[in-house]
Amino acid sequence: MSKLVVTSIGPASSVQDAGRPGSQRYGLVPSGAMDRLSLAAANTLVGNQPFAAAVEIGPFGATFTARGGAVRVGLAGAPRNADIGGRPVAFDSSATLADGETLNLGFARGGSFSYLAIEHGIEGEPMFGSLAVNARAGLGSPYTRPLQSGDELKTQAASGSPEHRIELPAAADAPIRILFGPQDDEFAEDNKKLFTDSEWKISATSDRMGYRLEGPVIKHRDGHNIVSDGTVNGSIQVPGNGQPIVLMPDRGTSGGYPKIATVITADFGRFAQISAGRPFRFKAVTMAEAQAEAKTFHELLRSLPDRLRGIEDFGLNIEALRDANVAGQAVSAMDAATWQVAVP
Amino acid sequence: MAEPLSPPRLLPSGDSAVTVEFSRTIDDAANRRVLALDRVIAAEPIAGITETVPTYRSLLVHYDPVHIGFDALGEQLLARAARALPTETGTRRWRIPVTYGGEHGIDLEDVAKALHTTPDDIVARHVAGDYRVAMIGFTPGWSYLSGLETFLHMSRRKDPRLLTPAGTISIGGIQTGVQCLAGPSGWHLLGRTPVRTYQLHRDPTFLLEPGDAITFTAIDAKTFAEQDRAAEAGEFVAELVTP
Repeated sequence: MSKLVVTSIGPASSVQDAGRPGSQRYGLVPSGAMDRLSLAAANTLVGNQPFAAAVEIGPFGATFTARGGAVRVGLAGAPRNADIGGRPVAFDSSATLADGETLNLGFARGGSFSYLAIEHGIEGEPMFGSLAVNARAGLGSPYTRPLQSGDELKTQAASGSPEHRIELPAAADAPIRILFGPQDDEFAEDNKKLFTDSEWKISATSDRMGYRLEGPVIKHRDGHNIVSDGTVNGSIQVPGNGQPIVLMPDRGTSGGYPKIATVITADFGRFAQISAGRPFRFKAVTMAEAQAEAKTFHELLRSLPDRLRGIEDFGLNIEALRDANVAGQAVSAMDAATWQVAVP
Repeated sequence: MAEPLSPPRLLPSGDSAVTVEFSRTIDDAANRRVLALDRVIAAEPIAGITETVPTYRSLLVHYDPVHIGFDALGEQLLARAARALPTETGTRRWRIPVTYGGEHGIDLEDVAKALHTTPDDIVARHVAGDYRVAMIGFTPGWSYLSGLETFLHMSRRKDPRLLTPAGTISIGGIQTGVQCLAGPSGWHLLGRTPVRTYQLHRDPTFLLEPGDAITFTAIDAKTFAEQDRAAEAGEFVAELVTP
């Protein structure tokens, strides 16, 4: 049996998948990956189901060592400097660690969370159909808490399949789109306008439960206490101090502050990736636009297998060819058999 | 002929969920309509709905916008809401043991002082109550009960505690609650129950359903300790009085 040993890791790193929806009526929040597109891309790179459990790595660096056999991984999400025993590894591509080799990942650049998927998946005992860590509820597998150095992620030996990269649309730097509601009538029009017209920053005290926003004070019409009602990923609640909190996958299933707006599904992962301190804006859209975007996002997720490319496809990517050669896989520009890869 | 039910408000919670709101305030009649709509949707499912979450005054309906749009879903929800009559039939009733005061209910004395009565009177009043699970939320198994008598209504603590014990029975505002896991709370702690409303490897994992009727019965600390061990081993400890 192969395993990936966590040799060093920062906070906010945990095993995540699509989470465990279906029990919110009992107070159990689904949890799951902050950025589902990146999770699915990482898994697709190594032939896994798109929402198989993978390692969600927070903004700091991390190192992983293969033990007991080779381990093949897919890397996606916030890019980082990465190497395996000194060989550079590109993000949005797969790579294989030989037994004993170490994958070194630097700080996240231009985002917060990266995803490391392991070919054949991570072995664990699903709870409500999910391995996702929810530390408060004592759920998750193989660990019910964020990862620590020394933890082991068991898997099967690498298949020896050729490496792939994945072509993703360039991440837009556009405003985060929102739909007003469900309690936008608790705010006067000028305060709704202030919300969409202002620049916001995500506070460093944010976590997987909620992102605290820093910006102008958003005032309620009459008081900040409402009767608790249900929440979703992306609910933007405004507590008494007027500084909004965007609810993230480890949120409470209910909340008692008025929710001025909700981040649209298609932009939620992009929002989750915004680094603390970087200015951004919101933009209000209509329900028709938001639901059209949700469909487009769904199609993008479905298209991921078609976006795989052979990493040795030098005609498109000389760098990848060089990396592949450095990685020890003999690739010859003259011999197509060495680089024409059957892509699923 | 009964008066026609007023239609709920449909409030978008993003593009993949809609809040079906029956009232803006805590209102027992509204809560019964929430639970009635939840039952009707369970009996007559709408394709595209992925999950429903009843709360005090609204039903949060999660759906997949790839399968059904907001307008089409809204029409079907309003049609079901118009037919969803609150009913008491089939209500389950649980009796939940509680040890009051002392180390298990550290606020009992202060609550009694604040309400100008004795701890025994507070316990007697709390035990006499006939409660209903209005919603379960925040953390797994945290059951919010309606039906707290007016005398026991008390505003929440100014400084919420960051950690309160598993099984805490508390009062806050016009509600009382059964908390399952240890966690933060701004409510006043009256006692503890050995009952686990959520326990991972037990069938069922979640003991209480929204709409269940609840009464409390006082037990001493020794009984609590015994029942706590039994509950840890997977027993309900709570007594199902009527199915």
